Amino acid sequence: MKKIGSQTISLDIPVNILETASIVGPKESEGPLANFFDRCLDDEFWGEKTWEKAESKIIKETVNAVISKSGIPMQDIDFCFAGDLLNQCISSSFGLRELNIPFFGVFGACSTFVESICLGSVFVESGAATNVLCATSSHFCSAEKQFRFPLELGNQRPPTSQWTVTGSGAVILSKTGEGPFITNLTPGKIIDMGIKDANNMGAAMAPAAFDTLITHLNDTGRKPSYYDAIITGDLGHIGKDILIDLAATKGINIKNNYNDCGVLIFDKTTQDTHSGGSGCACCGTVFSGYFYKQLKEKKINKILLIATGALMNSTSSQQGESIPGVAHAISIEC
Amino acid sequence: MDFIQSIDWMQILRCFIVAGIICIIGQILIDKTKLTPARTLVIFVTTGAILGGIGLYPKLIEFAGCGATVPLTGFGANLAKGALEEVSSNGLIGAFIGGVKASAGGIAAAVFLGYLASLISKPKIKKQ
Repeated sequence: MKKIGSQTISLDIPVNILETASIVGPKESEGPLANFFDRCLDDEFWGEKTWEKAESKIIKETVNAVISKSGIPMQDIDFCFAGDLLNQCISSSFGLRELNIPFFGVFGACSTFVESICLGSVFVESGAATNVLCATSSHFCSAEKQFRFPLELGNQRPPTSQWTVTGSGAVILSKTGEGPFITNLTPGKIIDMGIKDANNMGAAMAPAAFDTLITHLNDTGRKPSYYDAIITGDLGHIGKDILIDLAATKGINIKNNYNDCGVLIFDKTTQDTHSGGSGCACCGTVFSGYFYKQLKEKKINKILLIATGALMNSTSSQQGESIPGVAHAISIEC
Repeated sequence: MDFIQSIDWMQILRCFIVAGIICIIGQILIDKTKLTPARTLVIFVTTGAILGGIGLYPKLIEFAGCGATVPLTGFGANLAKGALEEVSSNGLIGAFIGGVKASAGGIAAAVFLGYLASLISKPKIKKQ
Protein backbone atom coordinates (compact mmCIF):
# COMPACT_ATOMS: atom_id res chain seq x y z
CA MET A 1 0.00 0.00 0.00
CA LYS A 2 1.36 3.41 -0.91
CA LYS A 3 0.27 6.97 -1.24
CA ILE A 4 0.10 8.27 -4.79
CA GLY A 5 -0.35 11.91 -5.73
CA SER A 6 -1.66 14.24 -3.07
CA GLN A 7 -4.17 12.11 -1.19
CA THR A 8 -4.84 8.76 -2.85
CA ILE A 9 -3.87 5.39 -1.39
CA SER A 10 -3.11 2.71 -3.91
CA LEU A 11 -3.57 -0.82 -2.57
CA ASP A 12 -0.82 -3.19 -3.73
CA ILE A 13 -2.98 -6.18 -2.86
CA PRO A 14 -6.52 -5.21 -3.91
CA VAL A 15 -9.08 -5.86 -1.18
CA ASN A 16 -11.88 -8.25 -2.06
CA ILE A 17 -15.49 -7.31 -1.42
CA LEU A 18 -16.64 -10.73 -0.29
CA GLU A 19 -20.33 -10.08 0.24
CA THR A 20 -22.90 -7.32 0.65
CA ALA A 21 -26.38 -7.07 2.11
CA SER A 22 -29.08 -4.42 2.17
CA ILE A 23 -32.43 -3.85 3.83
CA VAL A 24 -34.67 -0.92 2.88
CA GLY A 25 -37.85 0.74 4.16
CA PRO A 26 -41.29 1.03 2.59
CA LYS A 27 -40.65 4.03 0.32
CA GLU A 28 -37.45 2.54 -1.09
CA SER A 29 -39.37 -0.71 -1.66
CA GLU A 30 -41.61 1.16 -4.09
CA GLY A 31 -38.63 2.58 -5.96
CA PRO A 32 -37.00 1.39 -9.18
CA LEU A 33 -34.25 -0.61 -7.41
CA ALA A 34 -36.58 -2.56 -5.09
CA ASN A 35 -35.75 -5.93 -6.66
CA PHE A 36 -32.05 -5.62 -5.89
CA PHE A 37 -32.33 -5.30 -2.13
CA ASP A 38 -32.17 -8.34 0.14
CA ARG A 39 -35.20 -7.33 2.12
CA CYS A 40 -37.92 -4.71 1.71
CA LEU A 41 -39.84 -3.63 4.79
CA ASP A 42 -43.47 -2.59 4.66
CA ASP A 43 -43.45 -0.77 7.98
CA GLU A 44 -41.02 1.96 9.00
CA PHE A 45 -41.29 0.85 12.67
CA TRP A 46 -40.57 -2.82 11.81
CA GLY A 47 -42.53 -3.84 14.90
CA GLU A 48 -40.46 -1.61 17.22
CA LYS A 49 -41.72 1.12 19.49
CA THR A 50 -39.54 3.93 18.15
CA TRP A 51 -37.86 4.82 14.86
CA GLU A 52 -34.48 4.75 16.59
CA LYS A 53 -35.09 1.17 17.70
CA ALA A 54 -36.28 0.33 14.20
CA GLU A 55 -33.08 1.77 12.70
CA SER A 56 -30.95 -0.26 15.11
CA LYS A 57 -32.88 -3.38 14.16
CA ILE A 58 -32.38 -2.63 10.46
CA ILE A 59 -28.58 -2.37 10.78
CA LYS A 60 -28.46 -5.41 13.05
CA GLU A 61 -30.44 -7.57 10.64
CA THR A 62 -28.44 -6.29 7.65
CA VAL A 63 -25.20 -7.25 9.39
CA ASN A 64 -26.65 -10.67 10.27
CA ALA A 65 -27.68 -11.06 6.63
CA VAL A 66 -24.27 -10.18 5.21
CA ILE A 67 -22.51 -12.55 7.61
CA SER A 68 -24.82 -15.46 6.85
CA LYS A 69 -24.64 -14.78 3.09
CA SER A 70 -20.85 -14.72 3.20
CA GLY A 71 -20.71 -18.14 4.81
CA ILE A 72 -17.78 -17.21 7.04
CA PRO A 73 -18.16 -17.82 10.78
CA MET A 74 -18.74 -14.79 13.00
CA GLN A 75 -15.48 -15.28 14.88
CA ASP A 76 -13.49 -14.99 11.66
CA ILE A 77 -14.56 -11.37 11.26
CA ASP A 78 -11.80 -9.39 12.92
CA PHE A 79 -13.16 -5.87 13.11
CA CYS A 80 -16.31 -3.91 12.47
CA PHE A 81 -16.51 -0.31 11.21
CA ALA A 82 -19.95 1.23 11.39
CA GLY A 83 -21.72 4.54 11.74
CA ASP A 84 -24.95 6.39 11.16
CA LEU A 85 -26.56 9.81 11.49
CA LEU A 86 -28.09 9.75 14.94
CA ASN A 87 -26.37 11.54 17.83
CA GLN A 88 -23.26 9.65 18.92
CA CYS A 89 -24.07 6.99 16.30
CA ILE A 90 -26.51 5.10 18.51
CA SER A 91 -28.12 3.14 15.68
CA SER A 92 -24.87 1.33 15.02
CA SER A 93 -23.68 0.95 18.59
CA PHE A 94 -27.08 -0.12 19.93
CA GLY A 95 -27.84 -2.30 16.92
CA LEU A 96 -24.47 -4.04 17.01
CA ARG A 97 -23.95 -4.29 20.76
CA GLU A 98 -24.55 -8.03 20.76
CA LEU A 99 -22.32 -8.65 17.78
CA ASN A 100 -19.17 -9.51 19.73
CA ILE A 101 -16.83 -8.14 17.08
CA PRO A 102 -14.33 -5.34 17.95
CA PHE A 103 -16.11 -2.18 16.94
CA PHE A 104 -14.96 1.13 15.48
CA GLY A 105 -17.66 3.80 15.44
CA VAL A 106 -17.26 5.97 12.35
CA PHE A 107 -18.88 9.30 11.69
CA GLY A 108 -18.71 10.84 8.25
CA ALA A 109 -22.38 11.75 7.96
CA CYS A 110 -23.65 10.30 4.67
CA SER A 111 -20.07 9.54 3.57
CA THR A 112 -19.77 6.98 6.39
CA PHE A 113 -20.27 3.98 4.11
CA VAL A 114 -17.22 4.69 1.98
CA GLU A 115 -15.24 6.07 4.92
CA SER A 116 -15.75 2.74 6.73
CA ILE A 117 -14.70 0.83 3.63
CA CYS A 118 -11.56 3.01 3.30
CA LEU A 119 -10.55 2.25 6.88
CA GLY A 120 -11.49 -1.41 6.61
CA SER A 121 -9.50 -1.81 3.37
CA VAL A 122 -6.38 -0.40 5.01
CA PHE A 123 -6.81 -2.88 7.87
CA VAL A 124 -7.18 -5.80 5.48
CA GLU A 125 -4.39 -4.81 3.11
CA SER A 126 -1.94 -4.16 5.93
CA GLY A 127 -2.52 -7.62 7.34
CA ALA A 128 -4.09 -6.35 10.55
CA ALA A 129 -7.27 -8.18 9.63
CA THR A 130 -8.42 -10.96 7.33
CA ASN A 131 -12.11 -10.08 7.24
CA VAL A 132 -13.63 -6.71 8.11
CA LEU A 133 -17.28 -5.80 8.37
CA CYS A 134 -18.44 -2.31 7.30
CA ALA A 135 -22.00 -1.18 7.86
CA THR A 136 -24.12 1.94 7.93
CA SER A 137 -27.75 2.90 8.34
CA SER A 138 -30.19 5.79 8.21
CA HIS A 139 -33.92 6.22 8.76
CA PHE A 140 -36.12 8.93 7.30
CA CYS A 141 -38.15 9.46 10.45
CA SER A 142 -35.30 9.50 12.97
CA ALA A 143 -33.26 11.80 10.72
CA GLU A 144 -36.13 14.26 10.15
CA LYS A 145 -36.76 14.33 13.89
CA GLN A 146 -33.11 15.02 14.69
CA PHE A 147 -32.04 17.33 11.89
CA ARG A 148 -35.20 19.13 10.82
CA PHE A 149 -38.59 19.11 12.55
CA PRO A 150 -40.68 16.61 14.51
CA LEU A 151 -42.88 14.64 12.13
CA GLU A 152 -45.83 15.44 14.41
CA LEU A 153 -45.51 19.05 13.27
CA GLY A 154 -46.42 17.92 9.78
CA ASN A 155 -44.59 20.77 8.08
CA GLN A 156 -43.93 20.79 4.35
CA ARG A 157 -40.59 19.84 2.89
CA PRO A 158 -39.22 22.53 0.56
CA PRO A 159 -38.55 21.66 -3.11
CA THR A 160 -34.76 21.42 -2.65
CA SER A 161 -35.00 18.95 0.21
CA GLN A 162 -33.95 15.32 -0.11
CA TRP A 163 -35.52 12.21 1.34
CA THR A 164 -33.36 10.35 3.89
CA VAL A 165 -33.26 6.73 2.82
CA THR A 166 -34.56 4.25 5.40
CA GLY A 167 -32.33 1.22 5.34
CA SER A 168 -28.91 -0.22 5.87
CA GLY A 169 -26.07 -1.46 3.72
CA ALA A 170 -23.28 -3.74 4.88
CA VAL A 171 -20.22 -5.26 3.24
CA ILE A 172 -17.57 -7.76 4.24
CA LEU A 173 -14.06 -6.99 3.02
CA SER A 174 -11.70 -9.90 2.74
CA LYS A 175 -8.05 -10.57 1.96
CA THR A 176 -8.84 -13.18 -0.65
CA GLY A 177 -11.66 -13.87 -3.05
CA GLU A 178 -12.88 -13.46 -6.59
CA GLY A 179 -13.64 -9.76 -6.51
CA PRO A 180 -14.80 -7.16 -7.15
CA PHE A 181 -11.71 -5.57 -5.66
CA ILE A 182 -11.03 -2.22 -4.06
CA THR A 183 -7.91 -0.82 -5.71
CA ASN A 184 -7.63 2.84 -4.73
CA LEU A 185 -8.87 5.00 -1.90
CA THR A 186 -9.15 8.77 -2.09
CA PRO A 187 -10.21 10.21 1.28
CA GLY A 188 -11.60 13.70 0.80
CA LYS A 189 -10.92 17.06 2.37
CA ILE A 190 -13.55 19.12 4.16
CA ILE A 191 -14.91 21.68 1.74
CA ASP A 192 -17.25 24.46 2.86
CA MET A 193 -18.63 26.78 0.22
CA GLY A 194 -20.89 28.63 2.64
CA ILE A 195 -24.24 26.91 1.93
CA LYS A 196 -26.39 27.30 5.04
CA ASP A 197 -29.63 25.65 4.01
CA ALA A 198 -30.11 22.26 5.72
CA ASN A 199 -32.79 21.63 3.14
CA ASN A 200 -30.33 21.91 0.26
CA MET A 201 -27.66 19.35 1.10
CA GLY A 202 -26.91 18.46 -2.51
CA ALA A 203 -25.59 21.96 -3.16
CA ALA A 204 -23.58 21.89 0.07
CA MET A 205 -21.89 18.57 -0.76
CA ALA A 206 -21.34 18.88 -4.53
CA PRO A 207 -18.12 20.98 -4.20
CA ALA A 208 -16.62 18.32 -1.90
CA ALA A 209 -17.52 15.58 -4.39
CA PHE A 210 -15.97 17.68 -7.15
CA ASP A 211 -12.74 18.19 -5.19
CA THR A 212 -12.40 14.48 -4.43
CA LEU A 213 -13.22 13.50 -8.03
CA ILE A 214 -10.64 15.88 -9.53
CA THR A 215 -8.02 14.86 -6.96
CA HIS A 216 -8.64 11.17 -7.61
CA LEU A 217 -8.29 11.61 -11.37
CA ASN A 218 -5.10 13.67 -10.96
CA ASP A 219 -3.54 11.30 -8.42
CA THR A 220 -4.24 8.18 -10.46
CA GLY A 221 -3.69 9.76 -13.87
CA ARG A 222 -7.02 8.34 -14.97
CA LYS A 223 -9.68 9.92 -17.14
CA PRO A 224 -13.38 9.79 -16.21
CA SER A 225 -13.87 7.42 -19.15
CA TYR A 226 -11.62 4.86 -17.38
CA TYR A 227 -14.63 4.05 -15.23
CA ASP A 228 -17.79 2.36 -16.45
CA ALA A 229 -19.64 4.33 -13.81
CA ILE A 230 -18.82 7.23 -11.52
CA ILE A 231 -21.33 7.16 -8.68
CA THR A 232 -21.85 9.74 -5.96
CA GLY A 233 -23.61 8.89 -2.71
CA ASP A 234 -26.44 11.32 -2.18
CA LEU A 235 -26.13 14.58 -4.10
CA GLY A 236 -29.68 14.17 -5.38
CA HIS A 237 -31.00 15.88 -8.51
CA ILE A 238 -29.77 19.37 -7.64
CA GLY A 239 -26.31 18.29 -6.45
CA LYS A 240 -25.88 15.98 -9.45
CA ASP A 241 -26.45 18.84 -11.87
CA ILE A 242 -24.08 21.07 -9.89
CA LEU A 243 -21.33 18.42 -10.02
CA ILE A 244 -21.74 17.98 -13.78
CA ASP A 245 -21.47 21.76 -14.21
CA LEU A 246 -18.48 22.04 -11.87
CA ALA A 247 -16.68 19.27 -13.77
CA ALA A 248 -17.46 21.00 -17.08
CA THR A 249 -15.74 24.18 -15.85
CA LYS A 250 -12.52 22.14 -15.63
CA GLY A 251 -13.14 20.70 -19.09
CA ILE A 252 -14.10 17.30 -17.71
CA ASN A 253 -17.15 15.64 -19.19
CA ILE A 254 -18.78 13.16 -16.82
CA LYS A 255 -22.26 13.31 -18.33
CA ASN A 256 -22.07 9.88 -19.96
CA ASN A 257 -21.02 7.67 -17.08
CA TYR A 258 -21.96 9.64 -13.98
CA ASN A 259 -24.95 9.06 -11.74
CA ASP A 260 -26.00 9.49 -8.13
CA CYS A 261 -27.46 6.95 -5.70
CA GLY A 262 -29.98 9.55 -4.48
CA VAL A 263 -31.23 9.94 -8.05
CA LEU A 264 -31.35 6.19 -8.72
CA ILE A 265 -33.13 4.96 -5.59
CA PHE A 266 -36.41 6.85 -6.09
CA ASP A 267 -38.53 7.49 -9.16
CA LYS A 268 -38.69 11.25 -9.69
CA THR A 269 -42.05 11.23 -11.40
CA THR A 270 -44.03 8.74 -9.32
CA GLN A 271 -42.37 9.15 -5.91
CA ASP A 272 -42.47 12.73 -4.72
CA THR A 273 -39.18 12.92 -2.85
CA HIS A 274 -38.39 16.41 -4.22
CA SER A 275 -34.62 16.38 -4.87
CA GLY A 276 -33.99 12.63 -4.48
CA GLY A 277 -32.58 10.42 -1.73
CA SER A 278 -29.95 11.07 0.92
CA GLY A 279 -28.56 9.57 4.11
CA CYS A 280 -25.90 7.00 4.96
CA ALA A 281 -28.12 4.23 3.69
CA CYS A 282 -28.58 5.89 0.30
CA CYS A 283 -25.07 5.05 -0.88
CA GLY A 284 -24.99 1.97 1.38
CA THR A 285 -28.06 0.24 0.02
CA VAL A 286 -27.64 1.28 -3.62
CA PHE A 287 -24.07 0.01 -3.69
CA SER A 288 -24.75 -3.13 -1.65
CA GLY A 289 -27.97 -3.90 -3.48
CA TYR A 290 -27.52 -2.71 -7.03
CA PHE A 291 -23.91 -1.93 -7.99
CA TYR A 292 -22.34 -4.89 -6.23
CA LYS A 293 -24.56 -7.25 -8.20
CA GLN A 294 -23.74 -5.40 -11.44
CA LEU A 295 -20.03 -5.84 -10.68
CA LYS A 296 -20.46 -9.51 -9.72
CA GLU A 297 -22.30 -10.21 -12.95
CA LYS A 298 -19.63 -8.26 -14.88
CA LYS A 299 -22.24 -5.95 -16.34
CA ILE A 300 -19.91 -3.20 -15.24
CA ASN A 301 -16.25 -3.68 -14.43
CA LYS A 302 -14.88 -0.46 -12.99
CA ILE A 303 -16.66 2.00 -10.77
CA LEU A 304 -15.61 5.01 -8.78
CA LEU A 305 -17.85 5.30 -5.73
CA ILE A 306 -17.81 8.74 -4.09
CA ALA A 307 -19.87 8.97 -0.91
CA THR A 308 -20.73 12.51 0.10
CA GLY A 309 -21.40 13.77 3.61
CA ALA A 310 -22.72 17.00 5.12
CA LEU A 311 -20.90 17.51 8.40
CA MET A 312 -23.42 19.66 10.27
CA ASN A 313 -25.55 18.98 13.29
CA SER A 314 -28.83 20.44 14.48
CA THR A 315 -27.11 22.96 16.79
CA SER A 316 -24.86 24.30 14.02
CA SER A 317 -27.92 24.69 11.78
CA GLN A 318 -29.82 26.59 14.46
CA GLN A 319 -26.82 28.85 15.01
CA GLY A 320 -26.76 29.69 11.31
CA GLU A 321 -23.46 27.99 10.53
CA SER A 322 -22.69 26.92 6.98
CA ILE A 323 -22.54 23.23 6.06
CA PRO A 324 -19.07 21.69 5.55
CA GLY A 325 -19.10 18.87 3.01
CA VAL A 326 -16.80 15.88 2.63
CA ALA A 327 -16.52 13.16 -0.01
CA HIS A 328 -14.53 9.93 0.07
CA ALA A 329 -13.89 7.89 -3.06
CA ILE A 330 -12.98 4.27 -3.68
CA SER A 331 -12.32 2.62 -7.00
CA ILE A 332 -13.72 -0.85 -7.36
CA GLU A 333 -12.60 -3.04 -10.22
CA CYS A 334 -13.33 -6.60 -11.31
CA MET B 1 -84.01 24.02 5.07
CA ASP B 2 -84.10 27.10 7.23
CA PHE B 3 -80.48 26.50 8.11
CA ILE B 4 -79.40 26.28 4.48
CA GLN B 5 -81.42 29.37 3.60
CA SER B 6 -79.90 31.27 6.48
CA ILE B 7 -76.37 30.79 5.17
CA ASP B 8 -74.80 33.95 3.75
CA TRP B 9 -73.06 32.45 0.73
CA MET B 10 -71.25 35.67 -0.09
CA GLN B 11 -69.83 35.68 3.45
CA ILE B 12 -68.54 32.13 2.94
CA LEU B 13 -66.97 33.11 -0.37
CA ARG B 14 -65.24 36.12 1.24
CA CYS B 15 -64.05 33.88 4.07
CA PHE B 16 -62.70 31.32 1.60
CA ILE B 17 -60.86 33.88 -0.53
CA VAL B 18 -59.25 35.79 2.36
CA ALA B 19 -58.09 32.63 4.17
CA GLY B 20 -56.87 31.29 0.82
CA ILE B 21 -54.82 34.41 0.15
CA ILE B 22 -53.24 34.22 3.61
CA CYS B 23 -52.32 30.57 2.96
CA ILE B 24 -50.92 31.44 -0.48
CA ILE B 25 -48.60 33.95 1.19
CA GLY B 26 -47.43 31.18 3.55
CA GLN B 27 -46.89 28.76 0.64
CA ILE B 28 -44.85 31.36 -1.25
CA LEU B 29 -42.71 31.93 1.86
CA ILE B 30 -42.04 28.16 2.12
CA ASP B 31 -41.29 27.67 -1.57
CA LYS B 32 -39.40 30.83 -2.42
CA THR B 33 -37.53 31.77 0.73
CA LYS B 34 -35.29 29.86 3.12
CA LEU B 35 -37.47 30.73 6.13
CA THR B 36 -38.07 27.80 8.45
CA PRO B 37 -41.69 26.92 9.31
CA ALA B 38 -41.10 28.28 12.83
CA ARG B 39 -40.04 31.66 11.48
CA THR B 40 -42.94 31.73 9.06
CA LEU B 41 -45.24 31.10 12.01
CA VAL B 42 -43.71 33.94 14.02
CA ILE B 43 -43.95 36.30 11.04
CA PHE B 44 -47.66 35.52 10.68
CA VAL B 45 -48.43 36.03 14.36
CA THR B 46 -46.48 39.30 14.65
CA THR B 47 -47.90 40.64 11.39
CA GLY B 48 -51.37 39.88 12.73
CA ALA B 49 -50.56 41.59 16.02
CA ILE B 50 -49.24 44.71 14.28
CA LEU B 51 -52.17 44.89 11.87
CA GLY B 52 -54.51 44.27 14.79
CA GLY B 53 -52.82 46.95 16.89
CA ILE B 54 -53.15 49.63 14.20
CA GLY B 55 -56.76 48.70 13.61
CA LEU B 56 -56.51 47.22 10.12
CA TYR B 57 -57.04 43.57 10.99
CA PRO B 58 -60.44 44.07 12.71
CA LYS B 59 -61.66 45.47 9.37
CA LEU B 60 -60.50 42.29 7.67
CA ILE B 61 -62.30 40.19 10.30
CA GLU B 62 -65.46 42.19 9.69
CA PHE B 63 -65.12 41.48 5.97
CA ALA B 64 -64.10 37.81 6.04
CA GLY B 65 -65.09 36.43 9.46
CA CYS B 66 -63.38 33.10 10.16
CA GLY B 67 -61.34 33.57 7.00
CA ALA B 68 -59.37 36.15 8.99
CA THR B 69 -59.64 34.84 12.56
CA VAL B 70 -58.69 31.17 12.00
CA PRO B 71 -55.27 31.68 10.29
CA LEU B 72 -52.29 32.52 12.53
CA THR B 73 -52.57 36.22 11.77
CA GLY B 74 -55.96 36.11 13.53
CA PHE B 75 -54.24 34.81 16.66
CA GLY B 76 -51.79 37.73 16.50
CA ALA B 77 -54.61 40.22 16.05
CA ASN B 78 -56.45 38.67 18.98
CA LEU B 79 -53.35 39.11 21.17
CA ALA B 80 -53.16 42.78 20.20
CA LYS B 81 -56.88 43.31 20.71
CA GLY B 82 -56.78 41.76 24.19
CA ALA B 83 -53.74 43.80 25.19
CA LEU B 84 -55.29 47.08 24.05
CA GLU B 85 -58.56 46.36 25.87
CA GLU B 86 -56.79 45.42 29.08
CA VAL B 87 -54.60 48.53 28.91
CA SER B 88 -57.66 50.75 28.67
CA SER B 89 -59.28 49.09 31.71
CA ASN B 90 -56.25 48.20 33.85
CA GLY B 91 -53.42 50.47 32.76
CA LEU B 92 -50.02 49.53 31.37
CA ILE B 93 -49.89 46.15 33.13
CA GLY B 94 -52.68 45.15 30.77
CA ALA B 95 -50.17 45.03 27.91
CA PHE B 96 -48.73 41.94 29.53
CA ILE B 97 -51.99 40.39 30.72
CA GLY B 98 -54.50 41.19 28.03
CA GLY B 99 -53.13 39.28 25.09
CA VAL B 100 -52.91 35.91 26.79
CA LYS B 101 -56.19 36.52 28.62
CA ALA B 102 -58.03 37.14 25.37
CA SER B 103 -56.56 34.04 23.75
CA ALA B 104 -56.66 31.85 26.88
CA GLY B 105 -59.39 29.63 25.46
CA GLY B 106 -57.45 28.94 22.30
CA ILE B 107 -54.16 28.30 24.09
CA ALA B 108 -55.66 25.97 26.71
CA ALA B 109 -57.65 24.09 24.08
CA ALA B 110 -54.51 23.64 21.96
CA VAL B 111 -52.53 22.25 24.91
CA PHE B 112 -55.36 20.01 26.09
CA LEU B 113 -56.35 18.68 22.68
CA GLY B 114 -52.68 18.26 21.72
CA TYR B 115 -52.17 16.17 24.83
CA LEU B 116 -55.25 14.09 24.05
CA ALA B 117 -54.07 13.53 20.49
CA SER B 118 -50.63 12.42 21.72
CA LEU B 119 -52.28 9.80 23.93
CA ILE B 120 -54.35 8.20 21.21
CA SER B 121 -52.12 8.54 18.16
CA LYS B 122 -48.62 7.72 16.99
CA PRO B 123 -46.57 9.87 14.57
CA LYS B 124 -46.21 8.40 11.11
CA ILE B 125 -43.90 8.78 8.15
CA LYS B 126 -44.77 11.50 5.64
CA LYS B 127 -46.27 10.62 2.30
CA GLN B 128 -44.11 13.13 0.48
